[in-house]
Amino acid sequence: MTDERGLSRRGLLGLLGTGVGAGVLGAGVGIGADRAVQAHATGTSGASASYPFAGRHQSGITTAAQDRLHFAAFDVAAGTTRDDLVELLQDWSAAAARLTRGLDVSEAGAVGGSPLAPPDDTGEALGLPAAGLTITIGFGPTLFTAADGTDRFGLADRRPAALVDLPHFSGDQLVDAQSGGDLCVQACSDDPQVAVHAVRNLSRIAFGRASLRWSQLGFGRTSSTTRGQSTPRNLFGFKDGTANVRAEDTAAVAAGVWAAAGDGPGWMTDGSYLVARKIRMTIETWDHASLQEQQTVIGRDKGEGAPLSGGTESTAPDFAATSADGSGPAIAVDSHVALAHPDHHGGATLLRRGYNFVDGNDDLGRLAAGLFFIAYQRDPRTQFVPIQTALARSDRMNEYVKHVGSAIFAVPPGARDGGWVGEGLFA
Amino acid sequence: MTARPRPLALGAGALLAALALTGCVANAPAGSTAGATTVAVEGNGDACTVSTTSVPSGPVTFTMTNAGTDATEFELLASDGLRIVSEKENIGPGTTASLTVAVPAGDYVTACIPGLVGQGVRAPFTVTDSGTAVEPTGSDAERIDAAAAAYVGYVRDQVGQLVPATQEFLDAYTTGDDARARELYPTTRAFYERIEPVAESFGDLDPKIDFREADVEEGTEWTGWHRIEKDLWQPDAADDGGATYVPLTADERARYAAQLTSDTAELHDAVTADDFTVGIDAISNGAVGLMDEVATGKITGEEEIWSHTDLWDFQANLEGARVAYEGVRDVVVEKDPDLVDDVDARLGSLETLLASYGSLESGFPSYTDLTDADKKSLSDAVNALSEPLSRLTSALVS
Repeated sequence: MTDERGLSRRGLLGLLGTGVGAGVLGAGVGIGADRAVQAHATGTSGASASYPFAGRHQSGITTAAQDRLHFAAFDVAAGTTRDDLVELLQDWSAAAARLTRGLDVSEAGAVGGSPLAPPDDTGEALGLPAAGLTITIGFGPTLFTAADGTDRFGLADRRPAALVDLPHFSGDQLVDAQSGGDLCVQACSDDPQVAVHAVRNLSRIAFGRASLRWSQLGFGRTSSTTRGQSTPRNLFGFKDGTANVRAEDTAAVAAGVWAAAGDGPGWMTDGSYLVARKIRMTIETWDHASLQEQQTVIGRDKGEGAPLSGGTESTAPDFAATSADGSGPAIAVDSHVALAHPDHHGGATLLRRGYNFVDGNDDLGRLAAGLFFIAYQRDPRTQFVPIQTALARSDRMNEYVKHVGSAIFAVPPGARDGGWVGEGLFA
Repeated sequence: MTARPRPLALGAGALLAALALTGCVANAPAGSTAGATTVAVEGNGDACTVSTTSVPSGPVTFTMTNAGTDATEFELLASDGLRIVSEKENIGPGTTASLTVAVPAGDYVTACIPGLVGQGVRAPFTVTDSGTAVEPTGSDAERIDAAAAAYVGYVRDQVGQLVPATQEFLDAYTTGDDARARELYPTTRAFYERIEPVAESFGDLDPKIDFREADVEEGTEWTGWHRIEKDLWQPDAADDGGATYVPLTADERARYAAQLTSDTAELHDAVTADDFTVGIDAISNGAVGLMDEVATGKITGEEEIWSHTDLWDFQANLEGARVAYEGVRDVVVEKDPDLVDDVDARLGSLETLLASYGSLESGFPSYTDLTDADKKSLSDAVNALSEPLSRLTSALVS
């Protein structure tokens, strides 16, 4: 489970000559028993949970959704070569393998290095457990072909067809500075400080090779990705992700989350495609909508989360059912539930992994609140794109939301033991 | 200026002991090197005659005769005209002094500094490749001593140029030639910005010389460059918290000018004092300290909030970082060649990027003309450089 690579000189120059390498990491030195509790890939995470960084799939996808998010998109710096990029991914992988075990970013860490040099690790996670930290790395379309059409890293012909440039959806008001990116790092943890620590240190390691383009904090998961988790609520106050794909639904996960052999380039087999959308909610107008209006928009009742066609939260919605007064369908055809439902998209599903956010306030004194939507899928062309096209066209919820950020990333399979994320792409 | 400069001296004696700093030493005893090429230099109040402008690489002895009426100084500088390769200070009128230095092939600048202030009389000087490599000699401690001595020379040279340049600027300002004063403002400040961490080490001087309005504690008078800046680029009320700017009167101008003259003279006295030394850690930390100045003040456009000449300051800070780095590079390269590779590459990238906007000679655009993307590119390049640069000190003593 351990990554046996050390960091390159560029990642942490201070490590030179300190002998950090295979032996040290491989021996697992320094992992206190209380800091490296091995967790299962499913179930409820907790402060002591620790997920391995290496594996068939990257962690942070079907992993039980943690409570906190720090998501970061990076642009590769001008002048960075293919070799530099490889070195960066190796450094990130080596650091991530340590951080996800609750360790400092390097052996010398926050306080063990030369007093005359800046510490390798920034230190704010000293004394904190791994807290279920997962670090998930992805590649944006511009890594393969830059916006100006250049093939900076000799990767253009390796771009998966499924890694599409997302089309303009009706109503999109995307802000360039909150969209796109050559690389992404999704850090999820049950402790926000641990997630921020991960992004901060990976950003620092990247200095000179890649720089932060945008980043987003999320404070409350809006989806459950395992059966053991209760369904959380988004900032509209509704349960979100009731019908989400769960890790235990192995058939659904295999069919809808992981890229399979033959789907596209071999380097993406066992990977997935991540779509992120920053969705600003105008919660002030939502909050003075009547309960009935709110429920009609969603297609579920607010308290239980049951579909308006009846039953309990877990009851499948019945789109043929009529309303009590017989005036129309119980679940409006333009409700969020109806438009997004797999039945209306040939069975297409998404593994959602979004988070609530409040970025302070806007200039008008309104809470800058919303949902940072994250979805994993096998092929966005048949999953996110058609679903979002339908939602953008007629979802009743559109009156209360505005999509301001958008990004898509190819998330390669997990690092092999001693390997690094993206190794297959550069092979 | 920053509120929290990096410490210039370490409290612990470990570094100093490790480096065995013993003060300034000359490169080589005068006239003791057999086979050295001899170059005669004669200087007076306004001339500096060098007998040849080109010598082969290897030991060179400069023999300087002071034919003027004031004390003078001879300097051999790197091609940037900033970094002192070697110097002979305080050569009395009618006396002769010699300086022997082993120089590798390259372009240099010679300078005589009559009166010991100002930029003096400068001329290009070439060292051709004799086929014999000139390697750094001496122990680490000796080379570090030499680097520290050269850095002291550099600081004195910069402050020595700051003094008359400031006077010229203030003369324009106090006589009401605002256009001329605005023109001189950013180039004059460059002498200060290049050595900012050293100036900040004299606790009470930097606040008087370089505080921004926001830095000043309530009840303390705001003086110095930025006080005058605001008077030369008078803000609209809307940009100044709604307050209508009241221009300074001629008397007030004279008073602030006199204060800045006096504070600058005090700085000059301080760096030319016999006991003024700069520890090697101050040099290596000063390199990244200058980049921190850029990151916290210039990139944000806060340093020159009214003149928007932040790019001039940026350039001067960067030049200062280059000088500090070059001073210790020879020692670091043997201990940590990878670190030197990284600093070389990233320093070069940042210099190239900044040069795409202009130069101190040709001028820079107003900082308000830069787009957010421009600023981000500069910020990214500063971050990229600062990360390896911040490891110089530990590499020096490793």
